[in-house]
Amino acid sequence: MHLVQLSAGHLGALANADVIQPASGMTSLAWLLVALPLLGAAILLFGGWRTNAFGPALATGLSWASFGLGALIFFAMLGRSDAERAQSLHLFSWVPAGSFQVEAGMLVDPLSMAFVLLVTFVGSLILVYSLGYMAHDPEKRRFFAFLNLFVAAMLLLVLADSYLLLYVGWEGVGLASYLLIGFWNHNPTFATAANKAFIANRVGDFGLTVAMMLMFATFGTVSFSGVNAAVGGANAASLTAIGLMLLLAACGKSAQFPLQSWLGDAMAGPTPVSALIHAATMVTAGVYLVVRSHVIFEASPTAQTFVVIVGAITLLFGAIVGCAKDDIKKALAASTMSQIGYMMLAAGLGPVGYAFAIFHLLNHGFFKAGMFLGAGSVMHGMDDQVDMRRFGNLSGAMKVTWVTFGLGWLAILGVPPFSGFWSKDKIIEAAFIGEGWRPWIFGFAALIGAGVTAFYMSRLFFMTFHGKKRWPKDAHPHESPRSMTIPMVVLAAGSAFMGLILGPTGAIQSWLEPVVGVHVEGESPVIAVPVLTTLTLLVVAAGLGLAWMRYWREEVPVVAPVGSLPTRAARQDLFQDAVNEAVLMRPGLHLTRSLVFFDNKGVDGAVGSVAALIGGSSSRLRRVQNGFVRSYALTMLFGVVVILGAVWVVQ
Amino acid sequence: MIASLSGLTGLTGLTGLSGLTGLPTEFVATTIDYGAIMPMLVIFATAMIGVLVEAFAPRSQRYVVQVSVALLGLLGALGAVIVGLDHQGSTLAGAVVMDGPALFLQGTIVVLAALSILAMAERFDGVGADAFTAQGASAPGSAQEAAAVRAGATTTEVFPLALFAVGGMMLFPAAGDLLTMFVALEVLSLPLYILSGLARRRRLLSQEASLKYFLLGAFSSAFFLFGSALLYGYAGSMNLGVIAKAIGTQSGMDGLLVPGVLLVLVGLLFKIGAVPFHSWTPDVYQGAPTPVTGFMAACTKVAAFGAILRFIYVGVAGSRWDWTAGLWAVAILTMVAGAVLAITQTDIKRLLAYSSIAHAGFVLTGVLAFDKVGISSVLFYLVAYGFSTIAAFAIVSMVRDDGAEATHLSQWAGLGKNHPVVAGAFAFLLLAFAGIPLTSGFTAKFAVFSAAVAHGATVLAVVGVLSSAIAAFVYVRIIVLMYFSEPAGESVHAVSPSIATTVAVSIGVLMTLALGIAPSPLLDLAARSSLFLP
Repeated sequence: MHLVQLSAGHLGALANADVIQPASGMTSLAWLLVALPLLGAAILLFGGWRTNAFGPALATGLSWASFGLGALIFFAMLGRSDAERAQSLHLFSWVPAGSFQVEAGMLVDPLSMAFVLLVTFVGSLILVYSLGYMAHDPEKRRFFAFLNLFVAAMLLLVLADSYLLLYVGWEGVGLASYLLIGFWNHNPTFATAANKAFIANRVGDFGLTVAMMLMFATFGTVSFSGVNAAVGGANAASLTAIGLMLLLAACGKSAQFPLQSWLGDAMAGPTPVSALIHAATMVTAGVYLVVRSHVIFEASPTAQTFVVIVGAITLLFGAIVGCAKDDIKKALAASTMSQIGYMMLAAGLGPVGYAFAIFHLLNHGFFKAGMFLGAGSVMHGMDDQVDMRRFGNLSGAMKVTWVTFGLGWLAILGVPPFSGFWSKDKIIEAAFIGEGWRPWIFGFAALIGAGVTAFYMSRLFFMTFHGKKRWPKDAHPHESPRSMTIPMVVLAAGSAFMGLILGPTGAIQSWLEPVVGVHVEGESPVIAVPVLTTLTLLVVAAGLGLAWMRYWREEVPVVAPVGSLPTRAARQDLFQDAVNEAVLMRPGLHLTRSLVFFDNKGVDGAVGSVAALIGGSSSRLRRVQNGFVRSYALTMLFGVVVILGAVWVVQ
Repeated sequence: MIASLSGLTGLTGLTGLSGLTGLPTEFVATTIDYGAIMPMLVIFATAMIGVLVEAFAPRSQRYVVQVSVALLGLLGALGAVIVGLDHQGSTLAGAVVMDGPALFLQGTIVVLAALSILAMAERFDGVGADAFTAQGASAPGSAQEAAAVRAGATTTEVFPLALFAVGGMMLFPAAGDLLTMFVALEVLSLPLYILSGLARRRRLLSQEASLKYFLLGAFSSAFFLFGSALLYGYAGSMNLGVIAKAIGTQSGMDGLLVPGVLLVLVGLLFKIGAVPFHSWTPDVYQGAPTPVTGFMAACTKVAAFGAILRFIYVGVAGSRWDWTAGLWAVAILTMVAGAVLAITQTDIKRLLAYSSIAHAGFVLTGVLAFDKVGISSVLFYLVAYGFSTIAAFAIVSMVRDDGAEATHLSQWAGLGKNHPVVAGAFAFLLLAFAGIPLTSGFTAKFAVFSAAVAHGATVLAVVGVLSSAIAAFVYVRIIVLMYFSEPAGESVHAVSPSIATTVAVSIGVLMTLALGIAPSPLLDLAARSSLFLP
């Protein structure tokens, strides 16, 4: 493979790390991580029906192969000292000409490896799950092809060594997500949901594109190492602009306020898609982007503050919406939004938060994916019912689902010793660090969020698995097949123990230190740590208790009661659609309509009206149908007059 | 018609004037560097041969002979362009300037024209070129037309006509003075007016398009001439170099300069379909025979942008503070209106027309960088867009419903199910139009926008990125339509093309891919070709 050239050139220095070595040994095969799933997607898409029989198994196998390779690279990396862990793999000179030079290359460092392992492991598990879940779907080959495409694009996103190549992966995951949300496109609402996701993501992509151009204009390069090295010499205004644009990009991809509206609708896609793309991996790409760009954000406190604000708003927003949703997947989506809000918040706090943002991201990848798969299993057993008011007392009928879901539930609540406790508690602690008003506002937002999270997740858990049976008459809930339950068990094991392994040992912090910099101890939260931990646990217990009273002990009505004003607002996603419609859609529609007015609709016999070109009077003009040459000529004349007039005035 | 006539009289009058003011005491024959103008000479000679073929070759052999002659001529012209690298400089008393951009654009036009000729030559199963009527002069639906069809008549004159247009296009970006530029403009436009009216199907629509294009073209030519006259009044010469010098020295005549510049630009902006001079684009693109539409969208745009670059960079850049605001407004309007209006289109050809309008706006942002990087990014963009657009229109001409082109979007539903290769190629081209990475469209957009950002036109780049986001919605919607919707009916299918169209589409798609993955050779070439000679 001549593509894999080792190149000693083009290696900048990370601002706070050591010189990145060219890839050696196992790491020089890193390109295969992306190539394997991509090959799977290509075979399945271009092979057509011929691959129907073996395609899904092949796709799953290639994804596992990618994980295996990722694990080998990981162990090779473990064997090196901290300073030598990051390695770069030069692929080819993408744009070596003229004034902008871009090398296509991969950056294999601890941060990207954490993502590689998460994406390939959870992704492969979900592919296995899909073997069972999609067994009867006539289009399942296409589904597996898209999932493989997604895995490849996501790996490219996290392994890229420049913003430009990251952007390729960024677009790739967006495309795969779009294709998968609309996978069951026979349902028009699903197609609409796909469109909504697409539009929100375009707004985000716009941010990334502008950020790249600003980087190019400011630093003359878009590679991570080049940008990081040049940040010191740039002026604050451009850094803030770049930071805000990157944040916009992150908001679009990670469903953060104010671009959060698409995630709930994206649940129209098949459940494994929700688990993989809209919970565990793709939606966390925004957090990755912010952490990866930490040098820029650290140089611009304004942009950093905006990150924290966005995170705090979203975590509360998602949590409140989650309290009122009766659709199990939409409730989980709201929860995803809220948890990513936590990660954003942590990522905006600076060096004290980066490691915990990524830690929470990894934990969340496991427990949320597990819960989504659990929800899929429940739907599978209940004939695709998603209304939690029609569930209840499923714990007896679906034992494995119940236990695995329960472990995920304890993890997200932050009950020790399950994984969520180790990361979320640390984020809350970090939010309380600082001076002035900031720790109080952000700290309490995170703390209250934890309580609300406990309430809505317990509500979801109790309504589904406990209380009285509220099943439809023809429902026969049953446990799902092995191919579905095994991935759930594995993910549940992860949600239970991963935090314990990585958290108290400090493994995750020391692992990420070479990338995100060393956090200097010294500052402590404005409230003492033991007090905070106790307070957090009390708030969580209160949320859990409230949910127990209302959704386990008391009867849950099958039809949702009208509810109070806040409840109704939360059901409507806090009116986000109404706001979007008023702010974005309506003016857009009007703009389109008024522009169409000048456009010609259809063509009619205009030939006879040539005379009007010379002698058109205003009364005739009023009757002019679009499509007439005279109106075109008048448009031109009008344009000339306006431009000349404008230039005249300007002069 | 009237405007065109007045244009012609203006032309002779002005020529007389320039002779008078020059006041040569003794007639000195200008030196002509034939090596420099050889590409154009080859094209015009080939076109003449085409006319003779039309007159003397037997009807049954005309098609084969015409296509071969045209392709050989274009090949020869490409060779002449390469030879012309050693003949750079001003010739014909400054009327023609062969420099890096001129040669680059001429080469581009020749290659794109060859692809267009291949697409025009598509016969499917008929006797003559499928897109063109049997007899242009017969009234639609008349007995005469029926007789022509029975007799197996074909309009093989489209090939020499196209070559005449190509000749004009090649002269356009190489014109050293405004008069030559005007002559080139007319030489390239007149054959296009005729070509637009020769569609085999929906002939009334086609003829109407032709007339509209002619009338509005004449109208815009009048603006161009008016502007030229004002600039002559300002500088005392039509020569772009002299005008540039006058801008540095002349003072107090800005009343002639600024309107002159803007009016000349109006004439040029018309050709690229910039808003508000775009109204003809959708109608003409829809009515013209589809391969001709592709030819216009690609080659005319390349030539007209070449002329805009030369006029601005060589001629009037010195006074740009006085009029760039107007051009900024045009660029913004063009990008936004093109993208927004594309959303509501239901006809694929009109949709691509609005897409081409939006692309014209993107290219304008590169022009407005006022820098060498801007020139090279524009050159690159034109090549990238040209290849994609010819292939796209060639594919449009292949999708048929009951023999006629299926241009309504609803007819494209589910195309991916029955014709995965055709739909796949089209989807790829749409992704290129949308500017998705790994296609030429992304590299091109990145080049022009970063040139704009680097030279103080950040606002334009932001509007550009926003409108490409809007436009991307349109393109992806078509992809979704092709792949995720149920087929509209059994009757819509993609006709298997002959080798000619297959080659044109394949080259277009492959170049779109190649320029996305390895754009460096062309970017290098564009950068080396971006120096204008005065």
